[in-house]
Amino acid sequence: MATAFVHAHAAHCESGVMSALLRHHGLPMSEAMAFGLASALAFAYLPCIRLNGLPLIAYRMPPRAIVKGLQRKLGLGMRFETFRSEDAGMARLDALLDEGRVVGLQTSVFWLPYFPPDLRFHFNAHNLLVYGREGDDYLVSDPVAEIATRCPRADLQRARFARGALAPKGLLYYPTAAPPPPDWARLGRAALSRTAHIMLHPPLPLIGVRGIRFLARSVERLPLDGGGEAARLYIGHIVRMQEEIGTGGGGFRFIYAAFLQELAAKTGYAALDMLAGRLVEIGDRWREFALAAARMIRGRDPLAPPALATRLRLLADDEKRFFRDLLAAQRAWA
Amino acid sequence: MHERDVPQAANASLAGHQKAVYAVAEDGRLRLTASSGWDVEEIVLRQALEDLERRAAEARARAQSGAASPLEYHMYRARMDVALLAQVTGLWRWRVRRHFRAGVFARLPLRIRRRYAEALGISLEALSRTD
Repeated sequence: MATAFVHAHAAHCESGVMSALLRHHGLPMSEAMAFGLASALAFAYLPCIRLNGLPLIAYRMPPRAIVKGLQRKLGLGMRFETFRSEDAGMARLDALLDEGRVVGLQTSVFWLPYFPPDLRFHFNAHNLLVYGREGDDYLVSDPVAEIATRCPRADLQRARFARGALAPKGLLYYPTAAPPPPDWARLGRAALSRTAHIMLHPPLPLIGVRGIRFLARSVERLPLDGGGEAARLYIGHIVRMQEEIGTGGGGFRFIYAAFLQELAAKTGYAALDMLAGRLVEIGDRWREFALAAARMIRGRDPLAPPALATRLRLLADDEKRFFRDLLAAQRAWA
Repeated sequence: MHERDVPQAANASLAGHQKAVYAVAEDGRLRLTASSGWDVEEIVLRQALEDLERRAAEARARAQSGAASPLEYHMYRARMDVALLAQVTGLWRWRVRRHFRAGVFARLPLRIRRRYAEALGISLEALSRTD
C-alpha cells in the first residue's frame, strides 16, 4: 500500500475513482471495465424529481451504483463511512490518510475551487480520491481533471458536507483488502444480463427503453407559447444532462462499448465486438440528437419539439434492438 | 465517434481544462481521448447560466426598487432554487418564499439570517445588500 498513487484522467467520476482505486490496490482495471462490470449503463426519466423545475434525466444508474456494484461483485471489502459531525468526518479522513490510504469521497461540485466556475452546479454526487495532505491542502485526484490537483481543507469540508438532494454526509470509502483476481467471463456475463434487463424489463416504465419513450412524449407535448422559451429550456436541459453532468448519453454509450470490446478481448467471445460497434453507432445518434436540439435552441433551425421526439423514439427502437441482441449473445455465451 | 471527429472547440466554460471522451481509433478500438469541448455543450450550458443570470437580474431589480428582499437575488446567484435553498437551510419552502418579501426579511432574527448566509456561502452583511 506504500506505492505512489497514479492519477488517471477518466470520462466519468465514479468509474474513474473506482478503477484508479483498484489499480492502486494491484488489480488491473480500466475505467470502462469498472463501468461495465458494475452494470452502470441505464436510462431514467424521473419527472417527479425536479432540478430547477425540470425533470431528472439520467443516462446511467444512480450515484454510488458503481462503487457498491463493484464492491459486491469483486468482494472488495469496502468500508463506507458517513458522519453526523463535520469535524469527525475531517478527522477520520486525516487519520486514514496518515495511515497511507487512498480514500474515495462523495462531494458536491459547487464548492470545489479547482472546478471551472461555469461548471459548478449543486450536484452532490461527485466522486474524487484524496491520496495525501500537505499543510492545509489535500492532494486530490479528481478523475475528470487531466492532472492531480489540490484542495484547501475548508473547501473540501464544505463540499463533503453540502446539503440537499443526494447529500454526501461526508461519505468516504476505501478497500480494506487487496481484491482477489476476478473471473472476467463470469462477472462479465452477469453484468451483461443485468444491464440488458434494466433496459428491457425495468421495475418502472420510466426506466430503460420505455423511459426514452416517456421522455419523447413529454418533448412532443412541450407548449410553444410565449416564443417557446420554456420549450427551449426543457430541450437544453435534456442535452445538458446528457453531455455535461458526467459525460452524458453519448458518452456513457461509448464507455459501455469500450467495456464490450475489452470483455471480448479478455474472454475471446468475439460476438461482443460486433455489439460494441453497434453501440458506438447508437452513441453517435445520441450526439446527433444533441446537435439537432442545440441548433433549435440557437435558432439555426426552427423550434420543432415533435422532430426531436421522433429522434428519441428512433433511439428507443435502436436501443431496444441492441439490448435484445445483447441478451441473446449473453445467453449464447457458453 | 472517431478520434478525428472528437470536437476541439476550446469551450470557454472548461476554462482551459480538457475532458476525457471515448472515441474509435484507427484500429477500430475505443480509446480515451482528450477533448477541449464541443459547441453543443457550450450552447446548452450558456443557456442554463443565462437563465439563472436573467432571474438574478430580475430579482435584483425587485430588491432595489424595494418590492422584494435581496434573498431571492442571492439564491439565484448561488445557482439555487427555492426547493434547494429550503433543503439546505432546513426551512419550509413557504417560509423561504415568504422571506422574499422585503418587510418580512427586514424583521428576520439574526439566527435565520445567519442560516441563509451560511447556506449561500456569503457574509451576513452581503446578504442584505444587492451589489
